[in-house]
Parts: sequence; C-alpha cells; structure tokens
Amino acid sequence: MNATTDRKKTALLELLRTPGNILTAFILALGLCITVLRFTKGLAGVTNLNDNYPWGIWISFDLLCGVALAAGGYAATTACHLFGLKDFRTSVRPAVTSAFLGYAFVVLALHYDVGQPWRLVYPIFLSQGTSSVLFEVGLCVFIYLSVLALEWSIAVFERLGWKKARARIVRLTIPLTVLGVILSTMHQSSLGALYLIAPSKMHPLWYSPFIPVFFFVSSIFAGMSMVIFEGSLAHRFLRGQMDEEHIRRGDAVVFGFGKAASITMLGYLLIRLYGVALDDNWRFLPTGYGLWFIAELAGFVALPSFLYALGVREKNTRRIRFAALLTIAGIVLNRFNVSLVAFNWQLAPEEKYFPHWMEIAVSAFIVTLIITAYRLICAYMPILRDDPDFETH
Amino acid sequence: MRRRKFLSLISAGSLGTALAPRTGTAAATISGHPETLGVLHDSALCIGCRKCEAACREVNNLPTPDKYKTPEKPFTDLSVLERKRRTDFQRFTVVNKYRSKDGRTVFRKFQCNHCQEPACASACFVRALVKTPQGPVIYKPDLCVGCRYCMIACPYYVPAYDYGNAGNPLVYKCTMCAPRLARGQAPGCVENCPTDALAFGRRLDLLELARARIAAHPGRYTPRIYGEQEMGGTNWLYLSPVPHEELGQPRLGKIPAPELTSGALGAVAIVAGLWPAFLGGLYCISRRRDKTAEQDAALAAATARETAEAEAQETLRQALAKAEKEKEAAIAREVKKAREEAAREFEEKAAPQAKEESTPPPAGEPSS
Repeated sequence: MNATTDRKKTALLELLRTPGNILTAFILALGLCITVLRFTKGLAGVTNLNDNYPWGIWISFDLLCGVALAAGGYAATTACHLFGLKDFRTSVRPAVTSAFLGYAFVVLALHYDVGQPWRLVYPIFLSQGTSSVLFEVGLCVFIYLSVLALEWSIAVFERLGWKKARARIVRLTIPLTVLGVILSTMHQSSLGALYLIAPSKMHPLWYSPFIPVFFFVSSIFAGMSMVIFEGSLAHRFLRGQMDEEHIRRGDAVVFGFGKAASITMLGYLLIRLYGVALDDNWRFLPTGYGLWFIAELAGFVALPSFLYALGVREKNTRRIRFAALLTIAGIVLNRFNVSLVAFNWQLAPEEKYFPHWMEIAVSAFIVTLIITAYRLICAYMPILRDDPDFETH
Repeated sequence: MRRRKFLSLISAGSLGTALAPRTGTAAATISGHPETLGVLHDSALCIGCRKCEAACREVNNLPTPDKYKTPEKPFTDLSVLERKRRTDFQRFTVVNKYRSKDGRTVFRKFQCNHCQEPACASACFVRALVKTPQGPVIYKPDLCVGCRYCMIACPYYVPAYDYGNAGNPLVYKCTMCAPRLARGQAPGCVENCPTDALAFGRRLDLLELARARIAAHPGRYTPRIYGEQEMGGTNWLYLSPVPHEELGQPRLGKIPAPELTSGALGAVAIVAGLWPAFLGGLYCISRRRDKTAEQDAALAAATARETAEAEAQETLRQALAKAEKEKEAAIAREVKKAREEAAREFEEKAAPQAKEESTPPPAGEPSS
C-alpha cells in the first residue's frame, strides 16, 4: 500500500511542475475568461458565426472530430469482448476512458455552441423532433454517454473497492458492448447524415447519399488510430502509471489495430471513389476543389493505409505511430472539408467564414480539459494498470 | 385597377375558406393541401421601392434603428440595393437588385418561402418549426434550443440568428404574417405593395394566376413558376422576366428535404435489428472458438499424459525385461562359473591321481 501512495504523491507533484503544465494552466485560465465572455456577450462576442455559417469550428472540430476520434471506445471493446481478441485487453480501459471523456466534453462543448444550452434536454424530454437527423444524434450521444459511463465505472468501483457494484457491471459487459456498437453506428453515421438535407449547399465531391456510411467507416479507423496514438503518448508520458503487462502488450495492440486500420482504410478509399462514380462527379476532379479532394484521399487515406501495412509487415512501431497520426489528421481534414469547405462552397470569398481566435481558444480549452482529466484519472485510477485486488475481465 | 380587384377577391375568398374550421381534412400530408395560402411575387412588376421591407418592419415590430449597431439606411434610400443582402434577425424580407445577362435590371423580393415540405421543420430536433396547414411555417421560440440546424438545412438561406443576444437568442424569419392571417388580414408586405408585384391568395389560385400571366404575356416572362416544384414546392411563388437562376434562386430539383434524410433515419431500425444478431453471433463464435481451443488443449494434455504413461510403462517393461535378462545372464554366468569351478576342481583332483597312476608318487607323501 505504501508504494502506491508514494507513487500517487509523486504523480501529483509532477503535475504541478513541468513546463507543459504551465501551458495547461494558461490555456485553462484563458478558456475560463472566454467562457465568461461567451455567456455574457453571446455568441457574437466570441465567434465569427453568421447567418450563412451557423456552424463553425465548434461543430466541425469539437463535435464532428471529437465524436469520430472518441470511436476508440467501441473499437477496443468490440475487438476484446466480442471478437475475443485478448491481446487487446490492455487497450480497453484507456480507450473507454478517453471515449467517455471525449463524449462528455463534446457535450460540454455543445453548451458553448447552442444558443440556449439550458434547453439541451428539451429534444429528449419535452418535444421530440423525430424527423430530424440531429435528434437521432442527440439521443444516441445521450444514451451512449451513459453506456460509456457504466463501462468506465468498473475502474471507479475498483478505485473505491466496491466489489459488488463492480461485479454487477462486469456481468453487463457484453450487452453494454453490443449497445455501444449499435449507438455508435447510428450517431457516427448520422453526423454525416446531417448534411444530407442540404445538397444544394454542398460541393458534389463531398456530398453523397453515402455520406453516413463514409462517416461511420472512417470512425472505425479513426478510433483505432486514436488508440494507437494515445497508447504511444501514454508509453512516453505516463509510463510511471503503467504496469508490466500494459507495457509489454503495447506492441500487440499497435500491430493488431495497425493491420485492421490499414484494411478498413482501403475499403473506405474504395467507397469514397464509388461515391464519386455513383453521381458521376469525375468532372469536378480537375478543379481546385477536385485537387483538394484528391489530396484528402491520397495523402490522408491511401498513404496512411499503406504506411500501416508497411509498418505491420516490418514490425515497425514508429512507422505505425506515424501512420496513426496521419490518419487522425486526415479525419480532422475530412470533417472540416465536409462542414466548412464543401458546405457553402458557392458563396463568394468575402462571405466565407474563418474562426475567431477565441473560437480556436475554446476548442483548445476543451482539448486541454480532456488531456488534464485523462492524466489525473490515470494517476488515481487503475486505467493503465490492473488493480491487483481484482481479477481481469 | 381591375387586376387589383381580382387579387383582393382571391384573398378574401381564400381567407374565408382557409380560416373556417374544418374537420377531417386537417392535413395528414401538408403537401398539396388545397386551401394552403401563399404569395406570388412578380419580378416583372417589382420596382424595388422597398415599401414591403418597411411594412414588414412595422407589422413585426422589428426594432429601428438596429439593436446591435448594424447601420441600416432608411427604407427610402435605394442605394442598399446595389449590394447583395440577405435576411437577418431584424429584417425578415429584403429586395435585391439583379442585372440579368441581357442587361435588364430586375428586382426580386426575398423572404421565407414557406416550403410545403420545409427542410427547417424536418431538421428541427425539438419541433420548434412547424408547417401549418394554412401555409405559414411558424416558429415556437419557447422550444428553440438554438442549435441552428434549420439554418444549415434551409436551401434558401432564410432563417437568421440573434448571435448578439446572450440571454434569449432566437431564430428569426418571415412568418407570412401568421398572426395577421388569423385576424383575416393579408401579410404586411402584400398590403403595402404599390404595384401589384405581390399577390396573396390560395396557392392553387396563385399558380393559375401565374400561368395566366405567362400565357397572356409570352414575351414578358420566362415560362416557369419558381416554387411550383422546388423541393416539393413552396407557398411563395415567383414569376420573372429572366431565368430564375439569374435572380440568385438556386436550382434545387424536386425531391423534398425530408426525403433526403428519411433513408438514413430508416436505417436506424436495420442497425438496431441486425447489429445485435451479427455481433451476438460473432461473440458466440469467439466464445465457441475459445471453448474448442480449451477442449483441444485438454484433449492434448490428456493424450500427452496417456502417451507419457504408456512410454513410462514401456520403459519400465523394458527395464524389467533387461533386468530379467541381466539376472538370467548373471545366473547363467554364475552357473557357468560354478560349473567351470567344479570342472577345474575335478580336473585338479583327477590330475594327481593320473600322475600317481603314471608315475608313482614320491614315497612318504600322504595321499588325500
């Protein structure tokens, strides 16, 4: 017991010292100031949103990217619990933790974006707009956040030593995992389906009846890439919190997800091209937008897919980690392309939107909150290590 | 003046029927509701005087001057027509000036088109936007969360948001003067139009009116009524002397907005139905695989144990056999040894006797 208490104490001290934490403190302080501005001056006080661009980077980044990149939760639980790939066991808890935090902070970010956040429960409890894709997104995110909270509570109960409560949740592992996949399939794809309603406003290369499928399939490899990426960060910065097995199994997770991501991305590339073929949009390729489209697919889908394959073949973890980073950048690029580049593409340049610096600062604030919360949780809870008092499940 | 009379007759007649309580026909599908009201804007008659804008502000009690510092010129100033304007939270309608490809100046009024199957209402996740059977698409400010998805969805860029309001920001758009319609009045803009560029009435009558105008003046109009079919049709309709695209009206096709998303929403049931079966199956397969692997391992272990036992038995048997053999050999050896011993002794005994027989033993030596 003494050893762990000491470890916790040092972890806390470390948190208060490094230069990274000074930056963290600065971003958090700035974020709090802008929060005050946002809720006293309104959206106009801190954003460049306008009537042509009702959705800015708080939707593009915080919601669309946030949800896609939090897909690691269902990817890891499915691989481990449903497919029975025990190699992935050590990746489940970190992935569930970051997914839970990711979704929780997506919801927090939405409180900044919607005009009247105190009414966010209205669509669920008061007046259900069932014809709306956004209703489906909202409902699924709401339920899935609860599912993630339950999955994550196992670690909390271990920390608290509540054996009975923990056992009760552990028994629910399989139903919770299946429910998680259903809900994720629905809302990941629905985030893309949001844009189905506005074909006249979207560039044809990014508008397709298959956009929900594109969003769902890309969330699969986004989630796996995030597990790899977060794993590499944890190995570098949170090694002190990891036990022997988590360190040793790290590479198996990297290779397993690297291989799966490579194949999934190849399939994704093909269906994206199929989307172009289906609407016969080839004529748009030799335009500026077309080149940008090709850059997205070649540089941020085909290339990382290839690098993943190469890395797995050569057993080169560094190459796989680079591929993961490139994939994540590609997801961000795609979500921005759909929601800000392809959307309103026909508007004149002077009518276009560029985010206010305070919008960017709020997004940075949210990301920093997630990272800080993650570090604190790993310091105090059995996330990157097994609790010796409990059997693994 | 005859035309004006004609129009007001349409208005009166349609209002009477539209506002009369009716049972049974309360539209299950709003599309094609025969009594639904609308307005026809005729760009060939519009002179860009902005009187509709002024009336709109007055009847909707929109603040003048602007609440949030956006400088707004008086309605008599027509220089604002030189730039492209859109609706915002204080302007539910604007008139824009366009120069057509053949060099003509054409004005087009711009406001909510009150779609028959509105994208905004279909997109609203809290049902704050509703299509009424009378025609107007109305907004319920008490429900609005402010997600602004209606603004994303609207193909005409109509709904606007009060971004500068922190306490009660809302979506704003033309209501087709729904409160005035309920009192039996025509929309403010229609009433204030000095040139009959705006005609108010039942949508079906307006379509007929528009067709009649096109037929009566074949050279004056482009032969198409904008809004008749666009994304399921709108309650506001447009006649223009030039192609509608030159007046900044988007080419939209006929598919109504709700149909664009209904496929994706319908897939929900498929996902919810198929995933548990599929994933459950996979889970069972992986469980079975684990179990089989376990059984195989157990079987292998048993076999190994048996083999080991058999081998041990065999070794033991061989060892025993070997021992037996060795024992036999040892006995044989011993027997042989004993025999040889006996033989030698015998020989040794026999030899002196033979000697004695051949050569007599020396005298005095005792015989044994």
